[in-house]
Amino acid sequence: MRLLIKNGRVIDPASNVDETLDILIDRGKIVKINPKIEVNGSKIIDASRLVVAPGFIDMHVHLREPGQEDKETIKTGSLAAAKGGFTSIACMPNTAPVNDSRGITEFIISEAKRNAVVNILPIAAVTRGLCGEEITDMTDLRNAGAIAFSDDGHPIENSLVMRRALEYSRLLDALIIDHCEDRKLSAGGIMHEGITSLKLGIKAIPASSEEILVARDIVLAKETKAKVHIAHLSVKGAVDLLKFAKQQDIKITAEVTPHHLFLTDASLESFDTNLKVNPPLRSEQDVEALIDAIKEGWIDAFATDHAPHTPDEKDVELDKAPFGINGLETAVPLLLDKLVNKNILPLDKFVAMISTNPARILGLENKGKISVGTDADLTILKLQKDVIVDTNQFFSKSRNSPFNGWKLKGAPVMTIVGGKIVHS
Amino acid sequence: MPFDHKHLLGIEPLSKLDILTILDTAESFVEISTREVKKVPTLRGKTIVNLFFEPSTRTRCSFELAAKRLSADIVNFNKQFSSVVKGETLKDTVLNLEAMQSDAIIIRHACPGAPHYISAFCRSHIINAGDGAHEHPTQALLDAFTIRQKKKNLEGLKIVIVGDILHSRVARSNIFLLNKMGAEVVCVGPPALLPEEFKEFGIAFDYTLDRAIRGADVIMMLRIQLERQQKNLFPSIREYRDLFSLTPKRFRRAKRNAIIMHPGPINRGVEISANLVDSAKSVILQQVENGIAVRMAVLYLLLGGKERETTD
Amino acid sequence: MDEKIKARVMDARKIKRALHRMVTEIIERNRDLSSLVIVGIRTRGIYLGKRVSKMIKELEDIKIPVGVLDITLYRDDFSELEAQHMVKKTEIDFSVVDKEILLVDDVLFTGRTIRAAMDSLIDLGRPKSIQLFVLIDRGHRELPIKADYVGKFLPTSKREIVQVHLKEIDETDEVLITESVENT
Repeated sequence: MRLLIKNGRVIDPASNVDETLDILIDRGKIVKINPKIEVNGSKIIDASRLVVAPGFIDMHVHLREPGQEDKETIKTGSLAAAKGGFTSIACMPNTAPVNDSRGITEFIISEAKRNAVVNILPIAAVTRGLCGEEITDMTDLRNAGAIAFSDDGHPIENSLVMRRALEYSRLLDALIIDHCEDRKLSAGGIMHEGITSLKLGIKAIPASSEEILVARDIVLAKETKAKVHIAHLSVKGAVDLLKFAKQQDIKITAEVTPHHLFLTDASLESFDTNLKVNPPLRSEQDVEALIDAIKEGWIDAFATDHAPHTPDEKDVELDKAPFGINGLETAVPLLLDKLVNKNILPLDKFVAMISTNPARILGLENKGKISVGTDADLTILKLQKDVIVDTNQFFSKSRNSPFNGWKLKGAPVMTIVGGKIVHS
Repeated sequence: MPFDHKHLLGIEPLSKLDILTILDTAESFVEISTREVKKVPTLRGKTIVNLFFEPSTRTRCSFELAAKRLSADIVNFNKQFSSVVKGETLKDTVLNLEAMQSDAIIIRHACPGAPHYISAFCRSHIINAGDGAHEHPTQALLDAFTIRQKKKNLEGLKIVIVGDILHSRVARSNIFLLNKMGAEVVCVGPPALLPEEFKEFGIAFDYTLDRAIRGADVIMMLRIQLERQQKNLFPSIREYRDLFSLTPKRFRRAKRNAIIMHPGPINRGVEISANLVDSAKSVILQQVENGIAVRMAVLYLLLGGKERETTD
Repeated sequence: MDEKIKARVMDARKIKRALHRMVTEIIERNRDLSSLVIVGIRTRGIYLGKRVSKMIKELEDIKIPVGVLDITLYRDDFSELEAQHMVKKTEIDFSVVDKEILLVDDVLFTGRTIRAAMDSLIDLGRPKSIQLFVLIDRGHRELPIKADYVGKFLPTSKREIVQVHLKEIDETDEVLITESVENT
């Protein structure tokens, strides 16, 4: 069936468009874009006073399936994504078993075909079992459908293994996403090392733990000419390193999560386990540096690092709680409220960071843009919509959000994937 | 009503007046422990649980005696022989104890914030008896009580705290308390155990004990945990002793009437010379003795009044 | 709520006379004053106790020690208290074992304070006897307690409040009956 979206304010950073246009969708593709389209026999969506953007892409999600279906499944994660305005999500390989073989990648893809309402893009492991020792069969995994490679949460400690992985990735022009943490420096750490950790006597993760691995990855990326993407950038020092790298001919990109932008380590005074996340919530100065870097265009993408955990797992003392924040259903309202509606980031820059750039980084040629012939993945936003975050209303299986009860302005109102309305 | 808290989770949330109320109340309890019948009926019928997840001699016995001298019934939870070893969570453990109608739970736990966590779902009064490296409020209170006995007033005193400040809940609670009471606190220790950022809490710091100790009224020595050395936080016990041990020679640089404190357990001959521990300048055993009166005061102030709706 | 003074039932002269009479009774009844000790209940019992001790010294030239008793820890109404009572020190620096204790308070009412005081004293040791001395007995007993020495029996209603003022802390010696009245 054909779908006609009328009178929306269409924003497409890829083609530099920001105007009121009608969009006609047929068989999952965008077939026509014009100021005024009149056709018979199509479903019409009135998008007046709404923003129509290329479908949002979250390149950092944990779907937990296979193995930890009590936290999340491909189905519930995709429903949460659709509700949160995302049309494509890339899922990390730290499942049980780890996605380090064709079998698991194929399982995720077939499960997604059966149950998911958004595009699921599996990220495969860089090393077998995420052990940091032997690199995986990257070509086979790529051919099976892996979109990128990462040992997220288990950064490769051995620089030689990292170098070998980067060298090999060039064979496929594959992307390696790194969670940058020197685990010797961060050992036992629960929160950011700073005044609050000193005050609370909580074992801490220093900024240097992130900075050292970012620096290493930059040096190796330069040496190998491979593509590296820094996951969840969180400290000022790492931002400075990113700027340094980007001013040279190094293929490096980076993402930032909403929680690292809108929360600081000081909030841990409540000992709320929903604030326990890795990398940890950082200082006020780090947050300022991240926001400045976004404004100046140094950071490429927003990503959620959606990390669902069951209420029971989080209902324990801080030491015992797992790291992670549930992010898919809060990210877009948070970013719209705190950045776009507060005039810190123009709307088109926001769309670029949450759609255009992730598509480019992941090499998704038919996504992240609105033009004739591309996939009909669209996210429709209402900038003035008031929402109150209520974790009980989450489509995600888990509830671990520190944003429960936050009042925000701006939210996705409709999500279209391949021409199908998957949430409204 | 001067003391309006449901729990004692730390020194940090208390006001100067709250602290004075506890110390003044404790004065009245000292005499009870000197009686032939060391007991008053005040908390008769109240049930208190000593929930200790970490080993303790002084604090656990002190709370137990404090409760018994107020005629409360006290139950000692022993982690080793509990269902915690079978994997029972802290929450379930506490809910089960509460189902037995406890009125107060005294908790010691390795995790900072564990008392705060259980206070969120408990009906009982929660008393923090040490949560990781965070706080140990009754220790700071008994230290303040002991200093007051010797020096009358805390205000304006120079108090030097020496040792592993970073990992010490005793140091934190003392820093918070002494600051509120207007004392001058100087912390001393090797840099890895005394991050410079501690000065944000209103203290001075010094890496040289010989210099810091000059003019001190009170010297508070902390236990140095021998396993820290394996983590390279300082190179060796030998070098630590050379730089940070309290010796008679160093002690002579302090004020003539200075006193020596230590929360225990002591490593004799490591952080402090054995002859100083046993000298007349040491008030270490008075600290222990005063602990009972201070903990009686805390139990009385929390449990002795009407149940209040307010939480803190 | 305000307080309205209904009557001034004793002034300094009347209090002095009553104390004289009571002290005489004490001396008559206790042949061996050397085993007598006085324990005053906080707050006004302390001052009455000290006055009694001084008057005995003047009449008999013997110094009777005075101790201070704080009964807060022995109260039986903890859970009903609106606010906590601040605990103050009990200061009895003599042994009570085998002593004749003269327990001194200002007003005897329900008897609960005296019950608490007796429990407290007995925890300090086994006295030979306890005699009760009160300036005012206003009735309404809830426990089987009777004073040995009474300055004045004062029939009151339960609504009324008896206030003993002593010049050591209240500037003047007097006994008032007051009543709470609703503010209009």
